[in-house]
Amino acid sequence: MSDREMTGAEIVLKALEDQDVEVIFGYPGGAVLPIYDALFGQNALRHILVRHEQGATHAAEGYARSTGKVGVVLVTSGPGATNAVTGLTDALMDSVPIVCLTGQVPTHLIGNDAFQEADTVGITRSCTKHNYLVKDIADLSRILHEAFFVARSGRPGPVVVDLPKDILMAKAAYKNHASAQHRTYRPQLKGEQKAIEAAVDLLGKAERPLVYFGGGVINSGPAASQLLDQFMHMTGFPCTATLMGLGGFPASDPQFLGMVGMHGTYESNMAMYHCDVMLNIGARFDDRVTGLLSEFSPGSKKIHIDVDRSSINKSVRVDVPIVGDVAHVLEDMIRVWKARQASQGTEALRPWWERIAEWQARDCLRYDQGDKVIKPQYAIQRLYEATKDRETYITTEVGQHQMWAAQLFKFEKPNRWMTSGGLGTMGYGFPAAIGVQVAHPDALVIDIAGEASFMMNLQEMSTACQHGLPVKVFVINNLYMGMVRQWQELLHGGRYSESYTSALPDFVKLAESFGAVGLRADKPNQVDDVIAEMIAADGPVIADIRVDPEENCFPMIPSGAPHNKMLLGPADSGETPISEEGMVLV
Amino acid sequence: MTDENVARHTISILVDNEPGVLARVIGLFSGRGYNIESLTVAEVDAADALSRITVVTSGTPMIIEQIKAQLGRLVPVHRVADLTEDGPCVERELALVKVSGSGEKRVESLRIADIFRAQVVDSTNESFVFQMTGSTEKLNAFIDLMGPLGLVDISRTGAVAISRGRDPF
Repeated sequence: MSDREMTGAEIVLKALEDQDVEVIFGYPGGAVLPIYDALFGQNALRHILVRHEQGATHAAEGYARSTGKVGVVLVTSGPGATNAVTGLTDALMDSVPIVCLTGQVPTHLIGNDAFQEADTVGITRSCTKHNYLVKDIADLSRILHEAFFVARSGRPGPVVVDLPKDILMAKAAYKNHASAQHRTYRPQLKGEQKAIEAAVDLLGKAERPLVYFGGGVINSGPAASQLLDQFMHMTGFPCTATLMGLGGFPASDPQFLGMVGMHGTYESNMAMYHCDVMLNIGARFDDRVTGLLSEFSPGSKKIHIDVDRSSINKSVRVDVPIVGDVAHVLEDMIRVWKARQASQGTEALRPWWERIAEWQARDCLRYDQGDKVIKPQYAIQRLYEATKDRETYITTEVGQHQMWAAQLFKFEKPNRWMTSGGLGTMGYGFPAAIGVQVAHPDALVIDIAGEASFMMNLQEMSTACQHGLPVKVFVINNLYMGMVRQWQELLHGGRYSESYTSALPDFVKLAESFGAVGLRADKPNQVDDVIAEMIAADGPVIADIRVDPEENCFPMIPSGAPHNKMLLGPADSGETPISEEGMVLV
Repeated sequence: MTDENVARHTISILVDNEPGVLARVIGLFSGRGYNIESLTVAEVDAADALSRITVVTSGTPMIIEQIKAQLGRLVPVHRVADLTEDGPCVERELALVKVSGSGEKRVESLRIADIFRAQVVDSTNESFVFQMTGSTEKLNAFIDLMGPLGLVDISRTGAVAISRGRDPF
């Protein structure tokens, strides 16, 4: 009850309960023993013990991204907190709501180089949306609730709450601030009416419109996807998604042109270059999408809907900025569109659609599957075919397999696709899949992984086995860090420096050593059977799919090139030199 | 960064007076490569625990807009104002300038201080410390003149500014 005296540790658990937290991902240590003691024997909160704190943060990300809820992490001081930094930075870059509770040495020892002490607040200041150090037990309840508010409001992000051990053992009355807002931080959700009207006017007269949507549609909640669907069918426009936006609009819909960007489809990038009005819904004009900024979509007027004011006019000048939450703005935009009867009708857009069809005819994602060597695209496409009719969640690691998964999987709904976009963290996918499986115990959850990425967090296999989480790891094993090798081939004269993954384990034996199932496919005619066996298995599976080691991922906008100059296949790479300026870009 | 359109702006930020807030603001500038020409901070409202940070920065209009937007979305920031752009403002800085000299140079330094209406806040047989308040340009001019007259050291506060008229900020 709210006025009873509790220890700090009990206050933490009570606050989590009042915030409707059901699961926390964590790893114990000296500084957080009081919380672990309070967790012992209680059933309200489920604790998932990971094997590395980085795994806890990525699991919380997978949980958050697949549910829309705030993911919660509990780690100890010092190395526990520093091990969480990568996951926090990943959550910041991809706008994932996380609250990370870190232990800390007692207040009187802070700054004294105590055992397992780190300046957590200092270290995480630039990699979190906000952070707190609790110095007084009287502030604990308020800070915990405020952390959740900050994590989920406006543009979501990670929040760290640093908890000194003496605070956890002190006593105070608990106050339920669950519905409290921050006194000044009030993100703007509703877009300015004038701007929305100006946007509708522009779109209504457009001859070559394009909708470009991103992670903001997913973060805004399920209503945003429904409103986007309504908007798209109302206007008849073509649309494209960023890596983070996939699933925001059904991929099988003919109005969807595929993903846009460095490894996006030819038709998406060409449509973006040649459009006359571009509507950016919840995306941030990331450099993977824009290519050379000075030649980005030169003839178009741009409308940008974003809840984060600082994202607008950051790298690309837009003509109609609209600060607001995607769902709120789309709702208003639909109303204005209908009131003004802005639609020109399907005939008006026919020439544009015909042009798009010509680009689509290039069939940029095609590949040749023979019968000797498995092509990575084939493996991923067969996986899609086998899973498309059931409730499937896909996470990926980072690299070529990630791009092929984004190109070849069709996501019809939001929150089914979890990937590390902004930070591009190898080792993200497997722990994230664990987090997704915890949230959706009956669903099929698959981590599409490269073998190099999977090596980074494979210790989490123990976590999956402990908690009965039947995550399937679909390893696209090409013996190299594929994307690095591709760049070394195209930009560095084929000098494959340190990109060969030597001394790989036998993945089948590795899975079995954990008590999981291990499968392998070497030949194209084995792929379907391995996929079926993987899906049918009751527990966690590692499927080692041995693919063509030197397959490259196309289309590709080479770094420093404008986004209409794509390499479409191996034949293109010889002719297009990469400029000096392009070479220095990541 | 090219020189076209690069301008100096004085940004005034009202923040929660909490440990770490200043570090957060400075971290924003350094993390994103924005320039800090000067920075000053002090509590301005004890009851509500608010401080004002005044930063002088420079950049193109697009960069300045970014800086303001990035500052605005920090959780402990209440309000961001661009005093250079928002309307007429008063801007002042304080400097303590130590000059050591004898004979003609000593006399000349006193005379120039008089012209600039600086005050002498410390004097020995061989040195003076002058206290100067005024616009940044005025301080720069004074310090330049002290250069050949035995300038030893300078301590400056950085600009503080406030809008003219009756509205807050």
